[in-house]
Amino acid sequence: MTRPGAVLEYHLAGYRRVWRGTVFSSFLMPVLFFLGMGLAVGEYVDRGGGLDLPYQQFIGSGLLAFTGVQIAMMESSYSVMGGFKWQRIYYGMAAAPLRVGDMVAGQLGYIGLRIAIAAGAFLVVMVPFGAVGSGWAVLAPLVAVLVGLAVAAPMFAFAATVQSVNMLAVLFRFALLPMMLFSGVFFPVSQLPAGLEPVAYALPLWHGVELCRTAVLGPDAPIGSGWPVPAHLGYLGLWAAGGFLLAVARFRNRLAV
Amino acid sequence: MAGGEALIRARGLVKRFGEFTAVDGIDVDVQRGEAFGFLGPNGAGKSSTMRMIGCVSPPTGGELTILGMDPHRDGPAIRARMGVCPQEDNLDLDLTARENLTTYARYFGISRATARRRAAELLEFVQLAERAGSRVEPLSGGMKRRLTIARSLVNEPEIVLLDEPTTGLDPQARHLVWERLFRLKQQGTTLVLTTHYMDEAEQLCDRLVVMDGGRIVAEGSPRTLIERYATREVVELRFGGAGLEPFAGKLAGIGERIEVLPDRILLYAGSGDAAAAAVYARGLSPSGVLVRRASLEDVFLHLTGRQLVEAG
Repeated sequence: MTRPGAVLEYHLAGYRRVWRGTVFSSFLMPVLFFLGMGLAVGEYVDRGGGLDLPYQQFIGSGLLAFTGVQIAMMESSYSVMGGFKWQRIYYGMAAAPLRVGDMVAGQLGYIGLRIAIAAGAFLVVMVPFGAVGSGWAVLAPLVAVLVGLAVAAPMFAFAATVQSVNMLAVLFRFALLPMMLFSGVFFPVSQLPAGLEPVAYALPLWHGVELCRTAVLGPDAPIGSGWPVPAHLGYLGLWAAGGFLLAVARFRNRLAV
Repeated sequence: MAGGEALIRARGLVKRFGEFTAVDGIDVDVQRGEAFGFLGPNGAGKSSTMRMIGCVSPPTGGELTILGMDPHRDGPAIRARMGVCPQEDNLDLDLTARENLTTYARYFGISRATARRRAAELLEFVQLAERAGSRVEPLSGGMKRRLTIARSLVNEPEIVLLDEPTTGLDPQARHLVWERLFRLKQQGTTLVLTTHYMDEAEQLCDRLVVMDGGRIVAEGSPRTLIERYATREVVELRFGGAGLEPFAGKLAGIGERIEVLPDRILLYAGSGDAAAAAVYARGLSPSGVLVRRASLEDVFLHLTGRQLVEAG
């Protein structure tokens, strides 16, 4: 067993106690959006013929990516800050023969696992609604994991230095919510006002949404901006890797007092 | 102890935080099997020293060798053979007592089966076996402390670092912890502890250093320190609510030395009873007289001019 694996195990032991409470936020909420928006709003959208594909398909794949980002944000904010400030579990880990990289990698692995499970379940819900159009869809939960890590890793770095929970609340309001609205989850980013479209390109979620849509609906579906898949993957990988390095550096600073 | 194997060796060890010097060039040797203490008031640099020995805080200067290795290069290898009970418990309050031990054991690469067995043994050792399946949060402070100590033993360490192991515990809980630590020592585990309780240091430590302001001001066994820096006995005199300075003058010449504290006067003498009799012979009538054995508290007072645990 590797040392990051031992850290992952620790987080799973905690999850065993709280998993019921997380079902709503990490699984039911996206499903509610999918059903509510997809069925109700979808009917208007499809009647107008504004999209080249059924709205249920459009929003389902977008929400799949969003599921990853949402779990990532929740699991990499308060729990990371609390690991230094409240329960101080990182100080306990630092006294064991773990390296800082083990702590960060193990917890990111845990978050990835959580996302894979939630996104996989969500994908299953999409099937009977005809929102899955390709066998490539099995890769969509992995895309959700990748976009989740692209958000979680830099969040670790932020939460490791933040002094007050208010800062985290601000981040949820001014980062998560706009990201959800402006990343092509509910409508194509081409609908955004001219100045805002590049903002969507900068956000990790948009790349995740594009990749998820390609996976769920197939490479030939009439969607997306035409960016090549490797470009999306590379961009998300950059966020994840850069965030990881920054998080390790900040964890190390915080622990070495 | 001389000639033994030094498990921890520090020379001119320094820790600075910006302008502030927490540890100001200390030399320490801890031998295998001994219980070694850092005694001093809050802010003396004890915890900073412990964190450097625990390989989590890099020294700013000086040399430090632990188990023959360099903490900077071999941190994980040293930590694998060491147990740490930090000043503040950092248990996972949502997990059970048992899970806290088993998950922690896994960080040391201990197999699940061994981790479970050792958790059961250690919970027995710290007398928490009945609470094995309880969440940690509602446990009392003393129980949490014992659980933290149990966790520090999960890798069967050669050295256990205990940063103020009984601070904040009630007397009964303290005695239980002392008793367990004493057993560990008997089993041959090297203990390194910090404390600002002189009774704790006297109970547990074979050898200790007195720290003040980041420096070591004295070193030795509790007994030799008391012999060197205090008399055999002490008379504590109280004189109602009046200012004590005038009385100090009237006591001059009795015993070997006088310390005036805010609430009482300490009279250091080989024989406390004889000194007390001399006080009465001078026509003084203190409202309280207590003859006691000299302690490390007196050593500290003599060395620094301050009390170890501030009165009140």
